[in-house]
Amino acid sequence: MSRDMSYAAVMARKNEIMKASLGIDFSAYEQSPVCFDYERMMRDTGFSHEDLVRIQRETKVGDTPLFELRNLTEAVRKISAPGKGATILLKDEAANASGSFKARRASISCYEAKRRGFAGVATATSGNYGAAVASQAAQRGLKCIVLQEVYDSRGVGQPEIVEKGRKCEAFGAEVHKLTVGPELFYCLLTTLEETGFFNASLYTPFGIRGIETLGTEIAAQVRARYQRDPDAVIVTHAGGGNLTGTARGLIDAGASKTRIVACSVDLSGLHMASDHDFNRKSFTTGHTGFGVPFATWPDRTDVPRNAARSMRYMDEYRLVMQGEVFYVTELLAKLEGIERGPAGNTSLTAAVAMAREMDRDQIVVVQETEYTGAGKHHNSQLAFARSMGIEVRRGDPRENIPGKNIVIPERLEQVRGHDQPLDKLRLSYLKNAAKLVPADRWTAADKAFLSADVKKDPAWLESVLPQLKA
Amino acid sequence: MNTIPAETWVEIEQVILTPAQRAPGIPDDTRATPYVRRISGFLTAPAAVGGDATIRTLIGRTLTGTLRVVNPSYSHSFGDTVPELLNIGLGGQA
Repeated sequence: MSRDMSYAAVMARKNEIMKASLGIDFSAYEQSPVCFDYERMMRDTGFSHEDLVRIQRETKVGDTPLFELRNLTEAVRKISAPGKGATILLKDEAANASGSFKARRASISCYEAKRRGFAGVATATSGNYGAAVASQAAQRGLKCIVLQEVYDSRGVGQPEIVEKGRKCEAFGAEVHKLTVGPELFYCLLTTLEETGFFNASLYTPFGIRGIETLGTEIAAQVRARYQRDPDAVIVTHAGGGNLTGTARGLIDAGASKTRIVACSVDLSGLHMASDHDFNRKSFTTGHTGFGVPFATWPDRTDVPRNAARSMRYMDEYRLVMQGEVFYVTELLAKLEGIERGPAGNTSLTAAVAMAREMDRDQIVVVQETEYTGAGKHHNSQLAFARSMGIEVRRGDPRENIPGKNIVIPERLEQVRGHDQPLDKLRLSYLKNAAKLVPADRWTAADKAFLSADVKKDPAWLESVLPQLKA
Repeated sequence: MNTIPAETWVEIEQVILTPAQRAPGIPDDTRATPYVRRISGFLTAPAAVGGDATIRTLIGRTLTGTLRVVNPSYSHSFGDTVPELLNIGLGGQA
């Protein structure tokens, strides 16, 4: 008898498909509808820090260089007040096997899939993670399927995503190129059901633990060269895994005073599931369309409990405009002699703005770069935007309107970014939790979990409870 | 009609969900279109463009759909030069 493949029927089989494809029984960690044992779920992956390092070295992951951006730091000091202008460091994650930090994330999932005897791995992503899984799967002798949202209904592909699809195929993966829509998840479920492959989701404990080595490497490298901990580490933020794993690694290394700063490209006003808006944004990830919803409700993803919980570790959230990132990307090439892709340059843009406000003896670390090339280059993105009717010009970046124009700064002083108030996001998160269980019925354990999940103490949570009743 | 020989590298297209079958709650402009998947592979038997075709993918799976493109290729580029970028950072000046 054939199974019912309608959208509703497949979504209803979600939990059983996930359990079979991950081998994790998430119900074992549930303590109430809002609260679960996060640390035990992470520990149960069974890997020590040394295990993670050893597994990653087998497949060309980790030990990436940390560069001091001397010329860019000097340029920032020239426009800063006396005594201001922190040293900017860049962790060159493009040196990983597939050209981005995502190799760290994929390495542990693929190792686990192989160890458990799966024939292959599948993942749904339009980002660098697809190439990372394909590259790691190739090295572990696993088959690989990558599902990507690539085209609008006219068949026009986002150049950056087209390039990412090419890279997956280059590593021998079967690539599913899909049109715009949240049904990507439906397709992942049917693919997992058909193939019996391991679900190399971005959000499993394996994926997040793999990123911890990025945090420990940063702590060790900064200490060795500067005899101190970094004052701030800036992380390009979308789904929250990069921030979560890096922060856990820094904490594991004892760098507990380092500020963890999230940064996203501000795309407010564009709808992420809109066929029309899809090709009118010039960033495919690292933007507020993922960053904000994932921060305010991490458990919206393809696993029942998301191991990426960004608000648990975030101290600050900076937003930058598309034009500001393109300007700083160009400066990285002209002043520092390296070309890198958009993801790391998003946090580099925030670092430029922050370094200006920080003391001269302080250190700010941009914790990733990614590869660049045809499709993934800022010139490709701007040329594509122009062809889609977006106005591209030099000027004041505060005039940027996502989907309408891209205003590239005329001078470094105009690269300022802006702040996303965290307490507003914390309240949104709590309101989402209150949809599961009304706030007046939260237990002491629920409150302890929720306050830890937004990096606040229970007294703060008590103080905002009246606002949740509305 | 032109028949494409077996073992040719091609791209097929599948309509996964018609507009009526799509997920609830999606924007109207997206709902007006079918949800479509394209996959590349080697033709397992001769087929015509626009007709039914079966492919063997890079990982050896067999899939069927409508034959869309023969020898699908990547032509993405660095795009037309954007002059607004060229004078940023010249002479080491930010």
